[in-house]
This record gives sequence, structure tokens and C-alpha cells, in this order.
Amino acid sequence: MIPEIGQFALILATLLMIVQGTLPLVGASKGISAWMALSRRTAQGAFFFMALAMGCLIYSFIVNDFSVLNVATNSNTKLPLAYRIAASWGSHEGSIMIWVFMLGLWSCAVSIFSKHLPEEMVARVLGVMGLVGTGLLLFLLLTSNPFDRIFPVPIEGRDLNPLLQDPGMVLHPPMLYMGYVGFSVAFAFAVAALLGGRLDATWARWSRPWTTLAWCFLTLGILIGSWWAYYELGWGGWWFWDPVENASLMPWLVGTALMHSLAVTEKRGTFKVWTVLLAICTFSLSLLGTFIVRSGVLTSVHAFATDPRRGMFILALLALVIGGSLVLFAFRAPRVGASGKFKLVSRESALLANNLLLTVACGTVLLGTLYPLFLDALKLGKISVGPPYFEAVFVPLMVPTIFLMGVGAVARWKEATLPDLWTRLRWALVVTVIVSVAIPFILGRTAPTSVALLALGFGMALWVATSAVVGFLDRIKHVGGSFSEKLARQPRSFWGMFVAHLGIAVFIVGVTVVKGFEAERDVKMTPGDTVSVGGYSFRFVGIEDHPGPNYQASRGTFELSKDDKVMRNLYPEKRKYFSFGMPMTEAAIDSGVFGDRYVSLGEPLNDGKQSWSVRVYHKPFVTWIWGGCILMTLGGLLALSDRRYRVNARREAGAVSWTSVKLEKA
Amino acid sequence: MNKRWLLLIPLVVFFVLLGFFLVGLDRDPRELPSTLIGKPAPAFTLPDLNAPEKMVSAQDFHGQVWLLNVWASWCVSCRAEHAVLVEFAKTNEVTIVGLNYKDKPTDAKTWLRQYGNPYAASPMDSDGRVGIDYGVYGAPETFLIDKNGVIQYKQIGPISEEALSETLIPKIRELKQR
Repeated sequence: MIPEIGQFALILATLLMIVQGTLPLVGASKGISAWMALSRRTAQGAFFFMALAMGCLIYSFIVNDFSVLNVATNSNTKLPLAYRIAASWGSHEGSIMIWVFMLGLWSCAVSIFSKHLPEEMVARVLGVMGLVGTGLLLFLLLTSNPFDRIFPVPIEGRDLNPLLQDPGMVLHPPMLYMGYVGFSVAFAFAVAALLGGRLDATWARWSRPWTTLAWCFLTLGILIGSWWAYYELGWGGWWFWDPVENASLMPWLVGTALMHSLAVTEKRGTFKVWTVLLAICTFSLSLLGTFIVRSGVLTSVHAFATDPRRGMFILALLALVIGGSLVLFAFRAPRVGASGKFKLVSRESALLANNLLLTVACGTVLLGTLYPLFLDALKLGKISVGPPYFEAVFVPLMVPTIFLMGVGAVARWKEATLPDLWTRLRWALVVTVIVSVAIPFILGRTAPTSVALLALGFGMALWVATSAVVGFLDRIKHVGGSFSEKLARQPRSFWGMFVAHLGIAVFIVGVTVVKGFEAERDVKMTPGDTVSVGGYSFRFVGIEDHPGPNYQASRGTFELSKDDKVMRNLYPEKRKYFSFGMPMTEAAIDSGVFGDRYVSLGEPLNDGKQSWSVRVYHKPFVTWIWGGCILMTLGGLLALSDRRYRVNARREAGAVSWTSVKLEKA
Repeated sequence: MNKRWLLLIPLVVFFVLLGFFLVGLDRDPRELPSTLIGKPAPAFTLPDLNAPEKMVSAQDFHGQVWLLNVWASWCVSCRAEHAVLVEFAKTNEVTIVGLNYKDKPTDAKTWLRQYGNPYAASPMDSDGRVGIDYGVYGAPETFLIDKNGVIQYKQIGPISEEALSETLIPKIRELKQR
């Protein structure tokens, strides 16, 4: 019964979405305000039914209703409750379901937090989101129904893929999808602006907070995914340039460019056409990511069942959404009007150059990800593109990006002069160069390539940090009062930028130190043996059977010590899940601010002495990689809480009804 | 006028991409490319990973049915199929040769020590030259080669338990009968 209610709720949500995606748009172009007014109610109604459907799906998983095909293939009576709930979005059907649920959530949020927007704008924004939502809901209902039943009902379910039975995987998909789908708001604003022919600073101000919030979610989502790969795949890497990872990195790169471009459009009224294009591209890449992962055009660890019908459907959807918006862009963008002027040396230029670099970086990732597909389609044979390609192409693009990031944060708007920039940045530059060259030698490196790479990494991090500090000092110089008053007078949006840029510096330090100083040992160990790596000793105490709810584990005990002082015990596991043949490695990690100590079990050696192959790592500063991402997210949230948005919201609510003026003109 | 033309570029780029996807969808990435099937397996002579002084060549396996599995320690998908291969190797059904593709010997060796070694030999294709001959576009890929040294089947992507029991093992048994 419950699954039928869910199914019915989905159908109702689809019908409401169809209304949301048509009438308000027509109303906005014809000036029928009753039709425009439908947008808010339908968006909220559609969300209600989607939430109901999502609730029904989660309920079916909680009670293990195996008559539902989706539950039978992804759950099991022995699966713990938390993972039964997470299994609701672990399957293909479930993940599309949560995708549309998020879209409903975002459009419901827009309908609530848009009181100060002109009715026409709201109608268009929600209308565009309604169209996108309709497409995905039809995809869900027609090709991937999460509530499909099976008969006869199986007694036991097949269980969730053990790789996904992990706290990280409970959080990763919702966060990532919140980000992906959140960019639909910026997209809808851009398309609405193109439709209405109104592209100005106000438009940018409305889109900014939504874009920033989506970006924060995406950053967190990628972070959790990377962290999961780090400890769950059991061999200590944190990024593999896997197609699915790339699919999430691409919207992040362009989304970052969009966030900055929007800032310029709002403050200076320039880059309008470019900003609109970025908004369209960011969401298009999110859709493309969904297509790549869900259609099976590329093979990857994440590859899910290939179903050409599904692939064709998403492709048609892509063609309509992306193609349609780009056609609109090509014909409407010229009407946007002239831009503000700026000189070659200015903050605008630095930001524009960086936007281009980020876009090019995204292009190289796209090329690398799709290269095998291109060549295959052109019958030019097959070729492998692995991490070596991405490292060779991506890193060189990031070096100028990071350099300009420092300059952009300090340069003046409209016109800056090189001598002035030099005066303000020379200390940052001097400190960066001296310290970054000194560090590798202080840390005892002499080999030229190793020194060069370390100096480059530290240099980039220091440059970002020192130039952020210079920008900060510049700002407080012109404000009166004591130091603490000066600090208090800085707007939150400034703090947001400051913290997010420091996050980049922290991230780079993490990557540099891990690359340069990680140590690993792969050894055969018999209980009583000790192995040391990076100044830490791991003593293998023994191994014992450790039953889990739906698996049987061999759990090793390792005593971690430094300088003969015992720090703690670590318990890595090798798990055999009852329902899957594949053994799973659960690494044990002692995590700290300055790095991780990491043990994972390999294979038993069956020599009668309980020997195992064991892999131990010392990963200095690896936590900074994630710490940097958290700082970036925090920066985004700080910028979001800026007073400006609330004040402007109030001011605009009391402003003259701009819509009526506009309508009279039309 | 010039500028308006520029605004069409994103659209054109997108449609080119779309065309590729359309063709790509029709092709199962795991499906065998027809070119090498039924052709003799390209010859190679490469040093063995675990005994670099010893050379391994395709000729060594002439007269038996064997699997050539392309793998690398940097390849995440290889890790997914590795457990299946290790279990399969224990049955001694067939000789499995692991072409260690574009890898560092130390990484590859530790990888085998940690996850088990199902391979009778692991020729090192460090620069990927042999990979080119075999049309490898990414690891893992697996070639099934018959007694006469002819490639009979190619699996692209990880070997799942199902692919093994439903496709590979029946094919291997059939080839052994011939």
C-alpha cells in the first residue's frame, strides 16, 4: 500500500511540475498575473508530493518491503537501519529520486525566499525549474520507477553494495546532489533573465546567494566523496581522476568561476554575457555528470547497470535543456547591452582571466574524461587516459590561476597600475619566494625535482595566504577605530572570501606535503612483529574474528607508538559480507592535525602462524586537504550570511512595483 | 555582427558533444571491438615483474588456452576485479597472465603482495607499447586467447563474478574442448 501511495504522489508531483513549468512562463510573457501567481503554489505543492514519495520510499526500505524491486535488490534483513535509509538513495532509481526531490526542495525554497522579487521574475525562474523537474520526473516514472513491484516476493533481499555501507556514503550523495541541483537555481535565473531581457546588477544579486549555497554543498559533497575513497578503497589515495569524480569536479570548477563572475556583474555591471553563459554551463555540466554516471557511456568503478533506454532518455533531456538554453543564449544575449569599462590591469581583468583558466581547466578534464569515447566513436581506436594525463595538464593550469587569485584579491576595480600592485604585493612576493625555497631544504630535501615540486606547492599556498593578508591589511587601513573595531567593521562577505582563499592555501599545503612526504610500507607481519614508518611504529598484536551485523570480519589489533610511547590501538578489518563474495578492506586510521597513521590488512598468508600482508602509511598533513575544503565551505557560508542580502531584500520589498512599469513599456 | 556569431559557439560545441554521445550510447563500452577478435594475439617479449631477468612472451603460452589481463596499480577498477581473479586462479581452470600496464614495478609488486597474485606471469609493459598493439584503451581489459594463439574474446572493464561464471568460464571450457 505504502509504495502505491509513493507512486501516486510521484505522479501528482509530475502533474504539478508540468503546470509549474508551463502556465507561469506563458503568463509572464503575456502579462497574465493569475497564471504567474500559480508558480509559487505549484512549486510548494510539487515539493510536498515529492517529499511524500521520498518518505514512502524510505519507509519501504526501513520495513524491508521486498515486494518492491528496488528494496529487494538493495536491502537485506541483516542490513543496519542507517544503511537501510541510505540505501534509499544508493540505487540508480533512488539516486534519480533524490535528484528530483532536491530540485523540488530548491524550487520550494525559491518560492519562499523570493518575496522581494518581481512577480514576473519568480514566475520565470520557477517555470524553468518546473520544466527541468518535469523532464527528470518523467525519466524517473518511465524508465526508473523506484516503486516497481516484483512477484513472487523474495524472502531475502540482495543487500546494499558493501562499498556503500559506510557513514561517508550515507552523506555523500545528498550533499553532492544538493550542489548539482542547486545550480539549477542560478541556471533558472539566467534563463529567466534572457527570456525577460533584463540582465543587470539586481539579477546578479538575486542569483549570488543561491549559487554560493549550491557551491558550498558541492564542495562538501566532493570532500566527503574523496574522504570515502581515501579510507574505504583501502589504499590511501584521495583522488583518482575517475570519470565519476571528474563529473563532480567539472561543475565545481565552472561553478567557482560563476560565483566570481557574478560578483563582478553585481558590483561593476560587467561580464553579463559571460556570467549568463557560465550559469548555463555550470548546470549543464551537472546534468552531464548525471548522464555520464547514469547512462554507462564510460566505464568506471562507479559504473552502474547499463540500460540504453535510460541513456537515450537522459540524452534527449540534455539536448532539450542545454540545447534550448544555448539557443536562447545565442539569440537573446546580444540584447543584454553594453558593459562597464575596465582597464587591462584591474581586478576585473584578473577575475576574467581566472574565470577563463578555470573554464579551460574544466575543458581539459572534460576532454580527458570523454577522450576514450571520442576516439571510439570516430573509430580511431582506443586509448587510455589515466592520472598521468590529468596531472600533466591540470596542474600547469592551476599555477597561473593561483597566481592571479592573489593579484585579483588585491587589485583595484576598474583600473589598477602595475607599480601600485607591485608596491602592495612586493612583501607578499618576497616572503613567498624566500620561504618556499627554504622549506624543502629545511625539511632535508636536496634532489632537484623534489625541491622544485615542494617549492612550487609551498609557493602557491604562501602566495595565496600572504596576498590574502595584504588585501586584509589594505582594507582595515582605511577604517577608523581600534583594531578590534576595524575587524568588526569588515562585512561578512569579505570574511567569506578571506576564509575561502585561506582554505585554498591550506588545501595546497595538504596536497604538497602528502605528495612529497608520504611514506608507506607493505610488509608480511606475524603477531608480535613491528614495522615503523614516518617515525611511528606499528606492532601487530594479533588477529581475531569479529562478527558484524551482515558480515564476518577478521579484525587485526595494531599498537601504534612513537618514540617508544604507546599512543593507541588501531583495528583494521577485512570483512566478508554474507551477500557479496568480494572481501572489503576497512582501514584503521589515527587521524591528527598533522597527518594520519593508516593501517590496512591485505591477505592472510596461510602459513599457520597467523601472518598477514599488511600495508601501513604515514600521510603527513593529509587532513589539511579536507580541512581546506571545509574552510572553503565555511567561507561560502560566511559570504551568504552577509548583512547586505538581508538589507537589500527589505529595501526592495518596499520599492515601487517595477513590474508594472516594465509591463506598460512592453 | 561579428560578436553575434561568437555567441553561437557554445551551441555548436554542445551539438558536437551530443553527436558523440549519440554514437557512444550505441556502443557498449564493455563490448568487444571487432578488429582483434579472430586475429592472432600480437606478439610480445617483456621482462617479468617478479623476475625481471626472465622474459615472458606470448609464444610461451602457445598450445594452451590463456587469459591476458591488463592491469595496473593505479587502476581503481582493477582492484574491483582482482578478488574475483584471485579466487578464479585457485581453481586452476586456466593460465592467467597479467600485463602490467604503464605501471611502476615497485607499486605493482606491493599491490600484488597486498591483494594476492593470480598471475602465472606478469610481463611489464611500462611504456604501454604492447597495450597499443592490443588496442587497450584503459585498464582493466581481458583477452581470451585460444590454443592457436588467436584472440577469441575481449572483456573491457572489470570481470564481475557474473561475467566470469556466465561468459568467461563457458567460453574457456569450450575452447579447451577444441
